[in-house]
Order: sequence, then C-alpha cells, then structure tokens
Amino acid sequence: MSANVRIPTILRTYTGGVAEVTAEGVTLAEVIADLEKNHAGISARILDDAGKLRRFVNVYVNDDDVRFEQGLETEIKDGAKVSIIPAVAGGC
Amino acid sequence: MAIDTAAPSPSLRPGVPPTVDLGPAAALSCRECGTRFPLGPSFACLECFGPLEIAYEFGSEGAEELRKRIEAGPTSIWRYAPLLPVPADVASKPNLNPGWTPLVKADNLGRELGFTAQLHIKDDSGNPTHSFKDRVVACAIEAARAFGYTTLSCSSTGNLAGAVGAAAARAGFRSCVFIPHDLEQGKVVMAGVYGGELIGIEGTYDDVNRFCSELIGDPAGEGWGFVNVNLRPYYGEGSKTLAYEICEQLGWRLPEQIVIPVASGSQLTKIDKGLQELIRLGLVEDRPYRIFGAQAEGCSPVSGAFKAGRDVIKPVKPDTIAKSLAIGNPADGPYVLDIARRTGGAVEDVTDAEVVAAIRLLARTEGIFAETAGGVTVGVLKKLVETGQLDPSKETVAINTGDGLKTLDAVSDAGMTAVIRPTLESFRSTGLASA
Repeated sequence: MSANVRIPTILRTYTGGVAEVTAEGVTLAEVIADLEKNHAGISARILDDAGKLRRFVNVYVNDDDVRFEQGLETEIKDGAKVSIIPAVAGGC
Repeated sequence: MAIDTAAPSPSLRPGVPPTVDLGPAAALSCRECGTRFPLGPSFACLECFGPLEIAYEFGSEGAEELRKRIEAGPTSIWRYAPLLPVPADVASKPNLNPGWTPLVKADNLGRELGFTAQLHIKDDSGNPTHSFKDRVVACAIEAARAFGYTTLSCSSTGNLAGAVGAAAARAGFRSCVFIPHDLEQGKVVMAGVYGGELIGIEGTYDDVNRFCSELIGDPAGEGWGFVNVNLRPYYGEGSKTLAYEICEQLGWRLPEQIVIPVASGSQLTKIDKGLQELIRLGLVEDRPYRIFGAQAEGCSPVSGAFKAGRDVIKPVKPDTIAKSLAIGNPADGPYVLDIARRTGGAVEDVTDAEVVAAIRLLARTEGIFAETAGGVTVGVLKKLVETGQLDPSKETVAINTGDGLKTLDAVSDAGMTAVIRPTLESFRSTGLASA
C-alpha cells in the first residue's frame, strides 16, 4: 500500500525540504521503515530506542490519532494520508 | 493591518540565531534531552521532538536589590521583566499590560470548606480580556516583534483567541486565529470583536491544534507567529508571572499548597518553574510546597494517569462543559505528573455537575464569578479537602483563570428570584420584605 506522508518542518532536512513524500507499507510501522529506507535517519527522530513512538510525536492516519487506533500496527490503506506532528499545546 | 513599528527586525527562520534583545533569555533548551538551540521561532527539539523552553542567564544583582527593583516596577507582569524573555524596556511598548491581579483572601469559602489556615483565590479574571491568557500572549508578542512577524495566530479553546485578538489590535499586528466552531458564544464574541480574523474549525480543540501544526509548515501559514506553536517557548513563560505575583503578594513567601487547572499542563509546569526560580534567586525562602492539578472528569487524561500510577498519558476525546480545559492530548501532561508527585501534591477531577456547583459556591461565598475552568479548580479544591488529599491547615492558593461572563450557559438557570409589579404590596407578597 502507498501512503502520502506529511513531513513536519523540523524533519524536512531528511527529505530535502519536501513537505510530502510517499511511502509503502500495510502498517504504520512498515511505512516508517520505508521512510527510513529512502530518507536515512528519519526513523530515529520518530521512534525511541525501544522502537516506540516518541512521547512528543503525534501521528495521524487520515484524521485519526494512531494512539486511538492500533499505534504502530495501525492499518494503512492505499492512498492513506499520514501526518507526523510535534505535540504542542494551548489551554491552561 | 500591521504597522511598521510591529516589525522592526528582519524575518528570521527557525535555527537562525537572532540578533535581538529578549532580556535574560539566553537560549532554547530541550526539556527532554537538554540539547540547546539559539533563540528563534522554534518549539520542538530537532533531536527528539521534546518541547523547547527558555534557558536564562539572570543578572548578578543580589536578591534584595532585585526585590526592590521589582517592587518599584509597573503594576503589571512587566515588574518581572528581569525574569522574562522580554527586552528591558518592554513596558514602554504598546501592549495590554496584563497581570498584578488580586490575591483575594477567601475567608468565607475557606470557612465553608473547613480551612483553618488562610485560603486565597488568585483571581485572574481581572486581566484585560478576562483570563490569564493575557499574560502569555504579552510575552509571545515580544518574541513576535523580535522575530519580525506581523501576523499573529493561535489554536484556541476561546480565551486565547480573545487575548490574541486584543493584544494584536493594541500592538498593531494582524491576527488570524482558529477555534473549535462550537465554542461558547461569549468566547466567540470576545474573540471576534477586536477586528482580527476568527476561523471556526469543524472539530475539537485537538483537531484545531493539529490543523495549526500543519499550517505552520505550509506556505499558507508562512511567516505567521503562532503564539502557542512556534512562539510557544516564549508564550509559556508568561504563566510564571502567576507564581511571582502570588509570592510577592504573600510578602515574598511561598504558599504551602497551590491548586491549578490543567488542560495542556503548561500553566502548572510554568508556575512550578517560577517558584523554583524565586527560590534559586533568593527572593523567597526555600521550603516545601505542594502543587495540585485540577481537571474535569470529562477530560481527565492527566488525573486518570495520576490515579492509576502511570507515567504515560493516554489521550481522551473530551466531553465536558469546561471547554477551556478540553484538551484530550495534553502535551505537558507527563510533566504535571512529575511535579505533582515530586511536591507531594495530586491531580484530581470533578464532574460537570460539581463544576457548576463550584462556580455557584465561589460566587456565593466570595463574589467571584468564575468561568467553568475556575469551577473545575474550586470543585477540585473542595474534593481534595474532603478526601484528605489537601491539608486545610496549610496556607493554600487556588487559581481562577477566567471570567464567568464567558461561560454564562453553565449557570443559565441563575436568574430572577421573582417578577413583580412595581408596588410595595406586590413586593411584600414575595415574602422577601424586611417587615
């Protein structure tokens, strides 16, 4: 399956400044692994040493936060839009 | 419409060291891994995505001298300019001059809750746009000026949108802010009246936040200063002034217990940072204090984690009348847990019915009309006392972050006791006459 992955500004050094790239995989974990193949170093920015999503990274598949889905095992359908976003905050 | 004075410096890109004066701010530092970066419009660590915060190099003057300088300063947050990421002449620039709000001795409420020590309400509804957000926006605007932005933006649960709109109008910035489309009418009007652009997003606050995070990396949002995204390290520091004011108003003393509302957790973590700075600078005596966080049950990811003994925050989909606290994915939640545990405090939550009852309780006992977030704080204060988690024999401060006029719907059944004809006979018939 092919996904369109939206790259946040702080990771665009790995994609040559490109804001959106495509990656292959049937799960989010596979998509991130495929990103790493084409953009070496990017995976370590998204995943921690234990291979889990970093605490301050939010990943959305289409409009859903993967923490509400199956995390790295979230299914990726063809044409899915994956967004990687640093956690930020408002409110009190 | 921007005016020239709002943009004295050339635009700076993330990672480019500014040649600007932000007072004692020396660098940006990752709260997770400690990596330092030059001051700039950046908010996430390039190494680990952790949040960036301001690292300071405070002046070398002694505590007594600094205390006197502060006391001689303006009656606004700018009296603390030597401790904030702002230029020394900040008070002379066009801004809303927020802060120095009352610390109210809440004797009636304290009596009703069983306090034997002094209870205070730090009433931040007294700010220019009636919420604590004026403090953080004032700091963000100074960073926006320094980095050459002319448009201000934010994602907001309502109060921030109003604070940005008003501050932008005063300081001569254009503003374009984003809110969930179904906010309370009071907050929508408060945000829209200042003449900036106000965009309703079909979704929750977390959806708005995500949208803004994407906008910031897109040409559509190029060159905008998002106060709570790319200016967030500077913005957040404004909440430290709550800690400074509380201690100064107590006679340069730490309170023993503080109850603070928690949405993202930013305010609580910055109040703790402010207290630690005062201790380090010798402005207050170092003694233990306990910090308590307050959430609404319908959006309680942090209190849920606290009670379960977890370090990880599990995001939730908010469902509460306390919309200004309705952040289901709180970025600073892990730090709130750390601080509550480190200081011997707690994080607790109350139901919407308890929120409404607490708004009425505070209004009835102290004449303070709080918005729903203030109801959460007072409701949690009551619950903490009742459950033995907070000690009513210790001096305590609870923070009211906003004005009840913004969330009238929460207490819309409050109203007239009776409707009568304009005659004495009619009044006597109500049973309310003295004789």
